[in-house]
Amino acid sequence: MLRDAVKVLADERIAPRAAEIDRTAEFPWDVKELLAAHDILGLPFPEEHGGLGAELLTICLAIEQISRVCATSGLIVAVQELGALPLLLAGTEEQRKRWFPDLAAGRTLICFALTEAEAGSDAASAKTRARRDGDEWVIDGSKRFISQGSVADLITVFAVTDDDPETPRHKRLTCFIVEKEMAGFGVERIEHKMGIRGSPTAELGFRGVRVPEANRVGAEGEGFAIAMRTLDRSRPGIAAQAVGIAQGALEVAARYATERKQFGRPIGEFQMIGAMLADMDAGTEAARQLLYKACTEIEAGAPDAARWSAMCKLVAGDTAMRVTTDAVQVLGGYGYIDEFPVERMMRDAKITQLYEGTQQIQRLVIARALTGRRG
Amino acid sequence: VRIVVLAKPVPDPASGGERLGPDGRLDRANSPAVVNGNDEYVLEKALKLIDAAGEGEVIVLAMAPPNATETMRKALAMGATRGVLVTDPAIAGSCTVATTRILAAALKTLDFDLALAGVDTSDGGAGVVGPGVATLVGLPYLSYAATIEPDPAARTVRVNHITAAGYDVVEAPMPVLISGTQALGEPRYPSLKGIMAARNKEIVTLSLADLGIDPATVGSTGATTKVVDSRAPEPRAATRVVREAPDVAARELVSFLAQRRII
Repeated sequence: MLRDAVKVLADERIAPRAAEIDRTAEFPWDVKELLAAHDILGLPFPEEHGGLGAELLTICLAIEQISRVCATSGLIVAVQELGALPLLLAGTEEQRKRWFPDLAAGRTLICFALTEAEAGSDAASAKTRARRDGDEWVIDGSKRFISQGSVADLITVFAVTDDDPETPRHKRLTCFIVEKEMAGFGVERIEHKMGIRGSPTAELGFRGVRVPEANRVGAEGEGFAIAMRTLDRSRPGIAAQAVGIAQGALEVAARYATERKQFGRPIGEFQMIGAMLADMDAGTEAARQLLYKACTEIEAGAPDAARWSAMCKLVAGDTAMRVTTDAVQVLGGYGYIDEFPVERMMRDAKITQLYEGTQQIQRLVIARALTGRRG
Repeated sequence: VRIVVLAKPVPDPASGGERLGPDGRLDRANSPAVVNGNDEYVLEKALKLIDAAGEGEVIVLAMAPPNATETMRKALAMGATRGVLVTDPAIAGSCTVATTRILAAALKTLDFDLALAGVDTSDGGAGVVGPGVATLVGLPYLSYAATIEPDPAARTVRVNHITAAGYDVVEAPMPVLISGTQALGEPRYPSLKGIMAARNKEIVTLSLADLGIDPATVGSTGATTKVVDSRAPEPRAATRVVREAPDVAARELVSFLAQRRII
C-alpha cells in the first residue's frame, strides 16, 4: 500500500519533472518539498522524533518507486538516510533530539562526507584532520564527490583524529556533524556529471572549522566502523534506486515495442525484441527479490549484513546498467535522443555501479565474507 | 460522533484479475480486491465529520473472506479508527438476504450514532443491503445523501437527499443508516503516516457463531437466489491509442467515429 501511494505520487508529480531536472542540472527543491510534505523524507527516522520509523524494506520500496521515474529524486531520499545513519547508529539521545525533528520533516537536509580525492575505495586513508582544542575540534581538509553536499544543512564528516603510525588504520577516524553556517566550511566546486544531473555532487572544504564536542558522533576512533555500518544499511538504498531505474526503462521499452510498428507489426512481436524484453524483466525481478531479501536479512540483524548489502547493490547496479542499455537498443535511434527517457536512465544507471563502493569493492566485501577475512 | 462505515471489499476494477470459482461464482479469496467505490465516498465523509468534530471514531465493518483484512487496512490508512470483519467459511455464496442478516447482526454489536454505506457496490450492484440492514436493525434510513450534517446535541442528522429535480432536505433521529454516492466528495489518498499507523490498528474478526447465526441459513446452502451460469466477456479488439497533438488527435477521433457512422 505504501509502495502504491509513493508510485502514484511519483507518476503524477515527479515524472513530469524528470527530463527538466536532468536538462537543467539544478537541484529539484520542489521535489524535495513534495517528499517532505508526504513524509517520505521522514521514513528512516524514529517516530518519537517526528519520523515514521520505517524499516529498511519500506524505505527501499519508496526509493525504488521514485527512482522508477527520476533517479535524482530517488537519491534525495537515499542521501537523507545515508547522511543520518551515523546518528541513527551511534548518535546520543541529545543529538537525535537536536537534529532528527527537522531532518524527518525535511526542513533540513543532511549529506555523508567520507570520500576524498585520494581516498575513494580506500576510505581509511583519508587525510582530513580534526584536532582537539579545548572542548572544540578543529577540522582541516577536503571531501570530494559528496552527493548533495552543496544543498545540505548538516554534513556528516569523517576526519583523522589519531595519526599515530602505531594506531591501526581502522581506528584513526572520528565522525562529526558540521553545520553549513560554521566558519571555515565552504562548497569549493560542483562536478559536471554524466547522470543524476539534478543531484549536486560537491567538493567540500573544511578550513579550520571549529566544531563543538557535542557534534562528535560516536567515540573517538570509531569513525571508520560507523562508516562501514552505515554503508551496510545504505547500499540497499542504492540497489533500490538501481531496481527502480531498471523498472522504469523496462516499462518504457515494453510500451514502445507494443506501439512501434515496422514490417507491418509491432516490433515487440519480433522474437529478438521479445527476448530482450523478457531478459530485462527477469533480470529486474531477480535484482528486486534479492534486494527485498537483503533488506529483511539486514533488518533482522544478520551477522553477514555486509554481504547481503554488497550483493544486492552489485546485482542491482549491473542489472540497471544492462537493462537501460537494452532499453535504448529496443528504442533504436529514438532511444538515443532525449525525446524518450531511456538515454537519461542509461546515464543515471551508471552511477549505481560506482557510488557507495564500486562494484569491485562489493565483490571484495562478498569475497571477504566467504573467506572469513576481516577488514 | 461514532460512525460505522459498511465498506465492502470488491474485485479491483483496475486489475482485471477476477477469478471465477468452479461453481461460476466470483472466487473472492483469490481476486485482487479494493474497497467498493461508493463505500470509499461515505468513508471519506465519515473521516471529514470526525476531523471537523475533533473527536469520535470511525469503525469499518465488512463481511468478506479472511484475507480482506488487507483491503480493510487501506480504509484504516485513510484514517478509520478500527475494523470489524465478519468472516466464516460458511458465508461464501450468501445471497443479499443472508448478507443483510449477517451485517445487521454485526452492526447490533457496535455502539454508533451514524451507520454509513455506499448506495450500491460495483460487483453485485443490488443496492438492497443498506436499506435491508436498516430495516432489520430498526434504524431510520436516508438514501442518496449529498450532504450529511449531524447535530450531536439534538441527536438528529440532516441530509440533502438527491432527487431527479434536485434535493430533498430530510432529517432523522440518531442512530440512523445513511447511504451515499460520489456526491459526498473524492476520497483522500492515505498518507504515509496513515499507512504506517494502520499497521498497528485493530481489526476484530467475528464468526457466525459469534453473531449467533446458524451457518445452514446462510452461504450457498441458504441462498434465496442461485447463479445459473456465468461467462467472461469476449476480449475486446486491440486498442488504438492516438498520441498526436490535441488538434490533430481531435480530427483523427472525429474521422474515426464518422467512418463508423457513430457521429
